[in-house]
Amino acid sequence: MKRQLPLLLIFAFGAFMVVQYFIPHEASEFFYEFVALDWPPIVGVFALSLGTISLVRVSIGKIQRREPNWGYTIVTLAGLVSILIAGLPWFGGKQSTMVEWEFNNVMLPVTASMFAILAFFIASAAYRAFRARSALATLLLVSAVIVMMRFFPLGPLTETTGAIADWILNVPNLAAKRAILIGVGLGIVSTALKIILGVERSYLGRD
Amino acid sequence: MDWTTALTNTIAAFLTLSIFSFLYKDNPFYKFAEHLMVGVSAGYWMLTLIYSTFVDKVILTIADGKWWYIIPTLLGVLMLTRFSSKLAWVSRYPLALVIGTATGVAIPLEMKAKIIEQLYGSIDLVTQMQAPDATLGLILNSLVILIGVVTALVYFFFSKAHTGATGYVAKVGIAVLMIGFGASFGFTVMARVSLLIQRFQFLMFDWLNLPRG
Amino acid sequence: MSIFEKMFAIDRRWVYLTLGIAVIIALLIPFSIPLPISKEAQSIYDYVDRLAPGDVIHLAMDYDPSVMGELQPMTYAILKQCFDKDIKVVVSALHQFGPTLAANTIDSAVARHREKTGETKVNGVDYVYLGYKPYPILIILGMGQNYRIPFPRDYYGVPLDSLPMMATIRNYNDVKGVLNVSGTSATDYWINYAQGRYNVPLAIGVTGVMATEYYPYLQTNQIFGILGGLKGAAEYEILTDAQGPAVEGMRVQLVAHSIVILFIIIGNIGFFAIRRSKNKAL
Repeated sequence: MKRQLPLLLIFAFGAFMVVQYFIPHEASEFFYEFVALDWPPIVGVFALSLGTISLVRVSIGKIQRREPNWGYTIVTLAGLVSILIAGLPWFGGKQSTMVEWEFNNVMLPVTASMFAILAFFIASAAYRAFRARSALATLLLVSAVIVMMRFFPLGPLTETTGAIADWILNVPNLAAKRAILIGVGLGIVSTALKIILGVERSYLGRD
Repeated sequence: MDWTTALTNTIAAFLTLSIFSFLYKDNPFYKFAEHLMVGVSAGYWMLTLIYSTFVDKVILTIADGKWWYIIPTLLGVLMLTRFSSKLAWVSRYPLALVIGTATGVAIPLEMKAKIIEQLYGSIDLVTQMQAPDATLGLILNSLVILIGVVTALVYFFFSKAHTGATGYVAKVGIAVLMIGFGASFGFTVMARVSLLIQRFQFLMFDWLNLPRG
Repeated sequence: MSIFEKMFAIDRRWVYLTLGIAVIIALLIPFSIPLPISKEAQSIYDYVDRLAPGDVIHLAMDYDPSVMGELQPMTYAILKQCFDKDIKVVVSALHQFGPTLAANTIDSAVARHREKTGETKVNGVDYVYLGYKPYPILIILGMGQNYRIPFPRDYYGVPLDSLPMMATIRNYNDVKGVLNVSGTSATDYWINYAQGRYNVPLAIGVTGVMATEYYPYLQTNQIFGILGGLKGAAEYEILTDAQGPAVEGMRVQLVAHSIVILFIIIGNIGFFAIRRSKNKAL
């Protein structure tokens, strides 16, 4: 009941989805559209909300135990509660003025800035770590510099640099990324098979 | 610019500069902005989930007369038993639906897109050689792609030691991979700087109203 | 400390400051740089340009504010081209932090079009905004069967069946193509599941970090074009005669890239000089 039946259900649903791709019979299309595509997002909403519920539980615990930096946890909860209140149907729901305001003036600038500072880190990392220590490192460095310079106006060399960069992207880069893709594809298919066949069970958690 | 826009831009600019202050060192302004974002993001996501799925696909759909949507809703509620150590096993049933569906659909389509089509593309050399408008350049490029893919795959094959002939082939493979990673790095620099430019455009032109170049 | 040792050990905050000042100066000083259009961007423009008024494309805006610096200009340029050519657009936003951003972007594009041409694009007639649903794989597959499976109503709560534009649109067979603008693995899902299962023509606009990963798909014709990062966005702005933040950003990129390359050179000079003096000492 606790482990065997869920594993059997995973096998049943997984096998059905594989077979359905090859046999688009009316009956299988009905089950595919009616259950397989439509139900999991509804079930998943509750699964995804577990994260937010956990955040609230952990934050309240931190505040109660007065852990270090617990004051900032109040800021987190205040932000969460404020946008949930702003999104209540009486205030206009998800398109209310307050929700839009919090999105445009809190979430947007902070999220964008967090990723913007990566530009500084990449410049610093390039300076510190990008050394032509070996032939392979030099190859990486030269390839990176050519691709970075592909839109530089270099007079008579502009077209040549652009053409070399294009060649790098469409030939060796393509080959490298294709090899990685094939490896990733093999990994995904084998992991999916392991899950469907019940070999991989870590997602079930402990008894 | 009216005063409300100036005020909201100032708040956004304050939060932006708080994040940028981390570049000097970690400080209370950065921590405040970071924690505020975590809370607002989590709340925004809950709001999005509630309205986009719970209201749209459950409440309104059941109100439309499609009462059978109660079944996935009840399965979803069972997911919440994960918080109870005694009843957590019940959540495996709705999980089985979600995981079984997602993994089953992945097998044929991931295999098609990431393996079969890519293998076809790797032997494009054959097509190129037979094409009426084949040029030496295109044929050579296809050959380089084929050699590159095979040697890079040999590099990733760790079940055999990379010695002897395998070692030489793997060395060519790693060279191809290094060129690919170099190209990625070049694009990554552009990507990161783009995000910085957008923030500076906001600070300089939207907040401080400086004249554009 | 010799000059080479200094070159090898510059405090990272000087690197940050130099880059910051360079970007600020580049934004303030007017200059332009030529930007050649890549084949990958031209093919997307040509594809949309060949469509007839009334044709429908699906614009999948799967990104959040963290990457809007690169992707927002692309989206505006695509919407401008579609609105100018009277191509109808079905828009979805399968990123959990993307729905409000997508709604604001559409409203802004409609306002810009009205300002420029005097014509107002109408929701439900000229475009439909579906919004967000979780589990993008299943949503993408669902739209391939019937848009109404994952989206019985649009983002604003209006039933899809009551929108005039959706009367003739059931699934991907009724759209001329999908343009996916994304900063996440949603692009992989569109390639694997939409193009893989339903063979819908697909082009992508992705961040610079992701762009190099998708050249294999271009070669196998699983996608017909790539807009890669801010450069791709700038190219599309030029093609659609909508030069804006991306074109402005590319000239700043020139300065920023030069600074990064300069620091790489300085670091390597210091590294080789110190290595040579250590070898000499031995």
